Amino acid sequence: MKAFNKNNIIQIIILVAIIIIGNVLVSVGIIDSYIELNIVLIGINIILAVSLNLIVGFTGLFSLGHAAFMSIGAYTSAVLTRNFNSPFIFAILMSGLVASLAGILIGIPTLRLKGDYLAIATLGFGEIVRVLALNNDYIGGAIGFNDIPQYTNWNYTFIMVVLTVVLISNFVKSSHGRACISIRENEIASEAMGINTTFYKVLAFAIGAFFAGIAGSLYANYFYFIKPDSFGFMKSIDILVMVVFGGLGSIPGSIIGALSLTVISTLLQSIPDLRMVIYAVILFLIMLFRPQGIMGDTEFRLLNKKEVKHNVSSKGK
Amino acid sequence: MSVVKVSNLSKSFGGIKAVTDVSLEVGKGEIIGLIGPNGAGKTTFFNLLTGIYLPTDGEIEYDLNAKVLSKDFKPHRMTQYGVARTFQNIRLFNKMTVLDNCLIGFHNGMTYGVASSLFRLPSYFTGESETREKALKLLEKFDLLDKKDILATNLPYGDQRRLEIARALAADPKLLLLDEPAAGMNPKETAELMELIKWIREQFDLTIILIEHDMSLVMNICERICVFDYGHLIANGNPDEIQHNARVIKAYLGEEAN
Repeated sequence: MKAFNKNNIIQIIILVAIIIIGNVLVSVGIIDSYIELNIVLIGINIILAVSLNLIVGFTGLFSLGHAAFMSIGAYTSAVLTRNFNSPFIFAILMSGLVASLAGILIGIPTLRLKGDYLAIATLGFGEIVRVLALNNDYIGGAIGFNDIPQYTNWNYTFIMVVLTVVLISNFVKSSHGRACISIRENEIASEAMGINTTFYKVLAFAIGAFFAGIAGSLYANYFYFIKPDSFGFMKSIDILVMVVFGGLGSIPGSIIGALSLTVISTLLQSIPDLRMVIYAVILFLIMLFRPQGIMGDTEFRLLNKKEVKHNVSSKGK
Repeated sequence: MSVVKVSNLSKSFGGIKAVTDVSLEVGKGEIIGLIGPNGAGKTTFFNLLTGIYLPTDGEIEYDLNAKVLSKDFKPHRMTQYGVARTFQNIRLFNKMTVLDNCLIGFHNGMTYGVASSLFRLPSYFTGESETREKALKLLEKFDLLDKKDILATNLPYGDQRRLEIARALAADPKLLLLDEPAAGMNPKETAELMELIKWIREQFDLTIILIEHDMSLVMNICERICVFDYGHLIANGNPDEIQHNARVIKAYLGEEAN
């Protein structure tokens, strides 16, 4: 295995090409503001779903508080860019870090809980964050936070999505990621094999929260306006649905889940009466006929191919 | 030279005394068998040895990689101290491949940090490929190399038992604790397991303590046998002595009515 091989270079070229094509399409006007809105929404949802998948799908921690991390990131970014005029890239980074810190603080006491108990505890955490934001006048309270400068565009969205997917799949494919998966599979055995399970649970929570914070930052700086209720319990459920829909423990699954559910709910906006009914029926059918999610737990095929090649070469030695 | 020294060890859960006043020394390279009726406290004793429970009274001292006392025991630190174990009911990582299961065993030997795994720094690649090679070699010794990409849950029972032992050995222990390794095996598989245990002791320079109900295995490969009954260590000696020990016979078969 080498750090830079032919595959990597081709991948980088493809990514740069996509960024340029996107920019051209925006400037020519083929991507109008409506399409751009949806692209940004899809991007934010992909970041949220992939980062939640690290927590729920890979590490097996059933968390219902992901929107709270997004909210922390959104408010951090909003305050930094509006009140302190800080550059957007700094605001994105800080949003991630603050959300991640919140993840560590909430993770240390609650991660000793398992399954349903953890779900309830994280649900409580989400509500605490929402109520705190509602009652804090500095960030607008129930009225919401206005006049956030709009910085989020195609470039920021795309780069952040790629960073999230690449970093999280790198993590999952490393010994640290394997440690997280082993906690999901059998916590007692993984501890007996020398894995500090508390550390890895908090780590997964912190990394997941970091990217949720970034998603929040992108969201705040796209929509000018945020209010605590946009990051309530229902938002957490939305993200969880995308992860389960795509397949727990599959990063391509989360991407497909976020993409298809965002598109479906946008398309259904033309029939507002039946929108939630049809959405629910689609979810119902998927869970009935493919309970493991669209992608099951498959990984990127490109990565798997590389794996096979490597194994063959090591056999020959 | 003794590598494990257990002195006056007791563990009680509320009013139940699961292990009472057990003292035991284990020399380097020994294979020790723990036997006793169900509920005698054998598994509790194992859990004390691996830090899952902390003793109510008494102490355990390891002299493997360094001298350690039982007050420093934490389940996830035991492999650093040189102790690895398998479980009575197999605890593999079912949805992971055989190779990944084995790689988890090498976890403590991994030197690269979280940052280099996120950004794929050079130390990630060297660390990963070295460990992968070690894991493949280990799997080859256990005859599991051709099954390395199969999910652990799809392995036949005997292979699962072997994989669990391989995974424990990946942590490079000096002391291996086997909790009923032959449970659910047929006589042929048990015979193979006996050979395997003898072989790994030579190959990996191990001290082994095992819990087992299969007397053919215990009498065959254990140099010393410890018998537990109601939390007490009632006998400690070589297989021959144990077979003729009056207290052991009483514990297993009961007493004659007078």
